[in-house]
Amino acid sequence: MNSPRAVAQALEQTGYLSDSALATVTFLAGEMQRPLLLEGEPGTGKTALAEALAQIHGVPLIRLQCYEGIDATQALYDWDFPRQILHLRTLEAATKDGSLDPTEAEKSLFDERFLLSRPVLRALRESPAVLLIDEVDRADDEFEAFLLEVLSTWAVSIPELGTVAAAVPPTVVLTSNRTRELHDALKRRCLYHWIDHPGLEREVAIVRSREPDVPAALARQVVEVVQELRGEHLLKPPGVAETLDWARALQRLGASELDLEQAANTLGAVVKYREDTDRVKHVLDRMLAR
Amino acid sequence: MTAQHPPDEILLGFTRALRAAGVRVTQDRATSFLTASAIVGLHDPEAVYVAGRATLCSGPDALERYDRVFEAWFGDRSELPRTIPRERREDVAAPLPVSDDPGENGGEGEQDVVRAAASEAEILRHRDVAELDAAQKAILDAMIRALHPRAPLRRAARHTPWRRGEVDLQRTLRGSLQLMGEPGQVRRRRRGTEPRRVVLLVDVSASMRPYADALLRLTHTLVRTGAPVEVFTLGTRLTRITTALRTADPDRALVRAGDEVPDWAGGTRLGETLEAFLDRWGARGMARGAVVVVFSDGWERGDAALLGGQMARLGRLAHRVVWVNPHRGKDGYEPVQQGIVAVLPHCDDFIAGHSLRSFEQVLEVVASA
Repeated sequence: MNSPRAVAQALEQTGYLSDSALATVTFLAGEMQRPLLLEGEPGTGKTALAEALAQIHGVPLIRLQCYEGIDATQALYDWDFPRQILHLRTLEAATKDGSLDPTEAEKSLFDERFLLSRPVLRALRESPAVLLIDEVDRADDEFEAFLLEVLSTWAVSIPELGTVAAAVPPTVVLTSNRTRELHDALKRRCLYHWIDHPGLEREVAIVRSREPDVPAALARQVVEVVQELRGEHLLKPPGVAETLDWARALQRLGASELDLEQAANTLGAVVKYREDTDRVKHVLDRMLAR
Repeated sequence: MTAQHPPDEILLGFTRALRAAGVRVTQDRATSFLTASAIVGLHDPEAVYVAGRATLCSGPDALERYDRVFEAWFGDRSELPRTIPRERREDVAAPLPVSDDPGENGGEGEQDVVRAAASEAEILRHRDVAELDAAQKAILDAMIRALHPRAPLRRAARHTPWRRGEVDLQRTLRGSLQLMGEPGQVRRRRRGTEPRRVVLLVDVSASMRPYADALLRLTHTLVRTGAPVEVFTLGTRLTRITTALRTADPDRALVRAGDEVPDWAGGTRLGETLEAFLDRWGARGMARGAVVVVFSDGWERGDAALLGGQMARLGRLAHRVVWVNPHRGKDGYEPVQQGIVAVLPHCDDFIAGHSLRSFEQVLEVVASA
């Protein structure tokens, strides 16, 4: 892919419809071998981009879900302790006469087969791959500092085995929901992009490409209502994921057009707070009365 | 773009203009920007725009500014001066808190001046901030600076060794292993503590004007503790000024914060700005389990019902909601305004905030929350 346009087309073939800005940033991330930091409202397709990228390149998508208290052993590697013990017991049993050489035994303990690769190490070893570091804002500062090191050197050292370096740097996508300000050093390493909700036409196109079974008229109506809802100050404005859910739900119920009754029955796909329900009903009434 | 300037200069000039507009552009970011622009090609303004957004910005606040500066720099530049802005360094020295003009009582000994200042300081502690003159304000500023706030604590997930408490089996066993299996000292542990997040929301509308300066100084001391503290200003819109307040010198910090806030001494739409806070920051975790302090007189121009609803949301999210009202400390004050009435059921504390003494109380309430 040698231009933003090519990136956009490749993404489109996987069913991910990007705008030109996102395509350009994705292109740049590839060219400059920089991680891509995506922020934006939930449900705007941050995670989906990583999935689409993995699909385009035909490489595995390795996902690291961040959470509070995550540390390097959960991201990098761990030793399979139970199996190591078992191995030691086997060695003891096999050499009953006590001729077990301690140094040899220890060496065999830290063998490749007892190494549990966690996502970051896997991404380095299996590269080319797409590494998705999801919701990095949930992790702690210390973890960010650790990521910074991996993302700049593309190598990890395991004391017992040596350094593991990626032959090709993996494509890295970080997503953040801004529950916390990320450290500037990490942001500087990355290319930053804020994903907005798509416009009317593009969202209709997204529904049509993701859910080809949904009738065109229904897709358009659903998107129109959802876009209206985003301006209604809901506690949880619906994202593209909710649009797709709703369209899918209505289509399963055999609807070819949005009618009030079926819309009311499927509201759970769009609205996630009791307080929002009234507002949504109000908007539906108004829009369907036209 | 003009022909007489080489492209590098134009692009770097743009990064400087961006820096002048308050976006923190470091050298490596500027370099990345040049690289990215070269990759996408300079002939394509749209692509250069995207490349700049990706390499120079780090958040939605920066994006807004970026758009403005980009428009000004690369757009129609006919009325703009064609000079590249110089690096700006504002060195604002902290003024020494001197109560009186030394020339006035030049004959008197130094001792008297100090004593006079000391007694005045004691009186100042109880005076309403809004009624001070410039010299008294300078002393007050220094006194606020001298406050030492403590951050509230929460229980952490990790245990720490402790004299009493539950038995720490792991460390006890490890200790006895060192003694070749002989029973050793019984170790104990308890849950550790961590600073709890504090979110400060400062009303900077016109009615709060006499207090805004002192309140921002107060928040500055809290930010400077290094605990997780976030500061926003409320008015007609919501502005995050935490980064600005991280500057060590209070005067410089306030100047920076002032640059950030577009609605200084404007109207009050507490309900809407609170909603914006909860939508953009609060519900995503910033207010969750935090101590939230709202500095406001509760004069709501907008819908009081909306304000009440948003406060209820805040109350559910936060560990403790503290409402600080400057008028609370005045004689004959009754919380009868619509805004305050709507707010009170959802506050854990409703305290005064008009004098240094009351500020100390605020810090005490926050620390023990």
